[in-house]
Amino acid sequence: MALLKISQAIIHDPAQGINGSIGDLWIKDGILCSPPADLAQTPDRVLDARGLVAMAGGVDMHCHIAGPKVNLARKMRPEDKRQALPIRRTPNTRSGTVGSVPNTFATGYLYSGMGYTTALDAAIPPLSARHALQEFQDIPILDKGFLILLGNNHYALRQIAQGEAGRLRDFAAWILNASGAFGIKLVNPGGIENWKNGRRGMTDLDTTVEHFGCTARQIITSLAQTVMDLGLPHAAHIHCNNLGVPGNFDTTLATMQALEGRRAHFTHIQFHSYGGHPDDQSLFCSETVRLADYFNRNKNLTTDVGQVLFGETTSMTGDGPVGYYLSKITGRKWANSDTEMEAGCGIVPITYKEKSFVHALQWAIGLEWYLLVDDPWRIAMSTDHPNGASFLAYPEIIAQLMSKNYRDEILARVHPKVAEKSRLSELDREYSLNEIAIITRSAPARMLGLSNKGHLAPGADGDVVLYQPDHDRRRMFEFPRYVIKSGSVIIDNAEVRQTPAGQLFHVRPDHDHGAIPDIRKWFESFYTIGFDNYPVDESYFAKHCLVRCDGSLLT
Amino acid sequence: MASAPIPTLTMAYPNRICNQCGCVCDDIVLTVEAGTITHAEHACDKGRAWFLANHSYSAEGPKAWVKGQPFSLTAAIDTAAEILFHARYPLIFGLADLPCEAQRQAVSVADRVGACLDTTLSDEHGAFDAAFQEVGEVTCSLGEVKNRADLVIFWGTDPVTSHPRHGERFSLEAKGLFTPRGRADRFVVVVDVEETATAKQADLFLKIQKDCDFEVLWALRGLVRGVPLRESMQKQTGIEDKVLLEFSNRMKGCRFGILFFGPGLCATRGRQRNAEAALRLVKDLNDFTRFYAKPMSGPGNVSGAENVVCWQTGYPPSVHFGQGFPRYNLAEYSAKEVLSRGEADAAMMVAYDPKTPFSPAACKRLSSLPTILLTSHTENQLPLEIGFRPTVIILTALYGICEAGTVFRMDDTPLPLRPVLSSTRPFALDVLTNLEKRIQELQTQRHVAMKNEQGPR
Repeated sequence: MALLKISQAIIHDPAQGINGSIGDLWIKDGILCSPPADLAQTPDRVLDARGLVAMAGGVDMHCHIAGPKVNLARKMRPEDKRQALPIRRTPNTRSGTVGSVPNTFATGYLYSGMGYTTALDAAIPPLSARHALQEFQDIPILDKGFLILLGNNHYALRQIAQGEAGRLRDFAAWILNASGAFGIKLVNPGGIENWKNGRRGMTDLDTTVEHFGCTARQIITSLAQTVMDLGLPHAAHIHCNNLGVPGNFDTTLATMQALEGRRAHFTHIQFHSYGGHPDDQSLFCSETVRLADYFNRNKNLTTDVGQVLFGETTSMTGDGPVGYYLSKITGRKWANSDTEMEAGCGIVPITYKEKSFVHALQWAIGLEWYLLVDDPWRIAMSTDHPNGASFLAYPEIIAQLMSKNYRDEILARVHPKVAEKSRLSELDREYSLNEIAIITRSAPARMLGLSNKGHLAPGADGDVVLYQPDHDRRRMFEFPRYVIKSGSVIIDNAEVRQTPAGQLFHVRPDHDHGAIPDIRKWFESFYTIGFDNYPVDESYFAKHCLVRCDGSLLT
Repeated sequence: MASAPIPTLTMAYPNRICNQCGCVCDDIVLTVEAGTITHAEHACDKGRAWFLANHSYSAEGPKAWVKGQPFSLTAAIDTAAEILFHARYPLIFGLADLPCEAQRQAVSVADRVGACLDTTLSDEHGAFDAAFQEVGEVTCSLGEVKNRADLVIFWGTDPVTSHPRHGERFSLEAKGLFTPRGRADRFVVVVDVEETATAKQADLFLKIQKDCDFEVLWALRGLVRGVPLRESMQKQTGIEDKVLLEFSNRMKGCRFGILFFGPGLCATRGRQRNAEAALRLVKDLNDFTRFYAKPMSGPGNVSGAENVVCWQTGYPPSVHFGQGFPRYNLAEYSAKEVLSRGEADAAMMVAYDPKTPFSPAACKRLSSLPTILLTSHTENQLPLEIGFRPTVIILTALYGICEAGTVFRMDDTPLPLRPVLSSTRPFALDVLTNLEKRIQELQTQRHVAMKNEQGPR
């Protein structure tokens, strides 16, 4: 097949320690390769990349782009799309709508148009795996995968309460196999179940789950251990208890401590870093310094930020009670969907305002995280799309991280109390291009255990983005000159040239088949679809890539 | 190689799916003997009638007609492509009786030709969608009802008739984790204008006056929030004030309540405002306990169509691609409205279902247009008793029985269809895929011709 040469680019590939040196990149049959030994071998195409910055394709490790929750949000918010420019039909691309929750096609075009080639949906209810996989087939270009919600699953809770680590492991492995998922996500562990029982969720890690008797602490440690025992490529992905509640940093810190050295990923950490008291807004403050200090010292942990930016968006979460509280605060419409195999879901429109003390402090706390974490390899860029803002805000975040002056300009505009309640104004750090490359592709790929993503060494997927260097960093990252996916030029000067289907990343951990009859019995007693109708077959996968539990890939 | 013998064995196929109502029961065991379904174990009467009907349409005979004449499938698809290609305002509607895979392809065709796209000719879904976009909805999957619900309300819906196994599987007798005694662990209320079959099984039946659903719901909202009635509503609603108050307290006091509502609410006076009142009442109740709402959807893959149109366009059905991108307007772009205004210059109905017949107004407009009809519900002969004569008719394989794919249950739970019979008819998915390919060819030809006309620059 085709041999592509990208000639004389300014390469930023932190995984190989390449920081802005000029060189060529070769892609053969969609995979990066060494320059051909035979000098007579000429490439089929040469891209003249003189003066352009080359990075690997971007990796978004935590977003909400498919599945029942996202689709419900689309259905609920026609007004959100009408206010945004639509995407027009062309002979080779589908039409689309944007706003905070774009349709599937626009999602693929816009992500790749910004230089992102991989995205993971972070919260699919087990019951709806088949739905998510179908939507994925209509999201072009991007390589995708999803995390499945297990932190409130009844079968899992029962095994945890009874100390049945083996059964828990077999169940987790079975459901990963059956659903086509890539990893395990915990959302408000135990708290959704308590919410469904009319309680207010979890007050702390040692609150017990009604009817089951286990605690959030047990759920977190058991599932984190399970993920390690199964050798999954990505650590347990944790959305802590008490999201958004003033004073919740206590819970977050306790969760980090509870892991006792186990690997774990703390997602949208910004929403979990608040000081103060739930009943007194005037005490609301940032506790990033204390959390980041603990985080910096404990290398078993990774995080993504969940940055808030100002404007209109849609909050959507597997954390049902959060949806309820937000609808109470905002007075806006509220969709909630609780499902069997136990997951929750809340959707509420939200407008983040510069002049709101709370919103502006949330913005500052997100930036504090980027600036206070010493090792960029352990922090990934995210807005928790669309919760903090749309993924389309990434170039804006890059601009803010790369310029202290720019941050100060914004700080001067927002609610005046923010400067006094956060450390942001004291933080002089400015990200370099290499550090940006780390937090937008190399680090998230490494955290996910995707050895073929996030770098430009021979053997990696041929996903390369070429940017026109620009002092306006936002413009630079908004409109790459070329985006190459698996060796094909997908975006040329902001125009979509091709729309290949992406691949699906999933895992297939081994398990004891002797554990299945007990799972089947539970399933058939308490759920409303047939046990044999639950597993998805490969017809739902399109092109897929099995990520082996030892980290190697099987395409 | 010797040809395989014709199977005369009796084959049993477990875990098959019935799509005759929103319950989408997936525990049906089908027995097939000599190419015919002879038993449908676990199916209700409705389901059984469907499965046991004669699906072995003759392999002989035409699969497609153009202007009443038998045509080859390819030629019929060519004609259909010409119709849609030349139309300036095509209408594509139906979709409900298809697997999601074919629905996705139908939306793709609509996008390519700039069509107005809608699901059915009914506007019941529209009333709910409008209310949903105003209020949101607190809802849950049917398994949550089975495991947790101790108060079940059916409002303007009679599932015993319309969704026969709803009670047994989810809402009445179903035994769940926190409802181990099934029916004994639930209190069941029916609100309707007449005593339905479901009302006969209820613990409390509230017979309300016709067309006062909104008033009753709004009064309940007030009572739930502790606002007493200013004057008696008994005369207007037919319900004693005391009963209404008790009902509101029962809702606040339950552990997990669910309000199922149907056409009696969404298709009567008040329409979207009734649905809105129901959704608001349920939302309010979450200040006291967990309470959920769920509209009872009709037969076929209606939920699948809603979901597919939504993820492919960003909007639920009633979408117009005429400007080259999706626009959404429930009233303006619904198939029923478009036809009743005498609009559209061509129409394609994908998956006609005789259970939802056309209105006279729709037939009148459709009679005057070039029309394309894809259907699996008929023998291999003309004429079709549908009220107008489609220009192109293509017979497709029955989904669920002959065509594989995905369907969504009324609570948006996706399930896999696995066929048990083969068919000599084409799959709707393949017909739509080839149709789009043909339209694309025509568009490319036109593009090339226009370029040549312009000449070199």
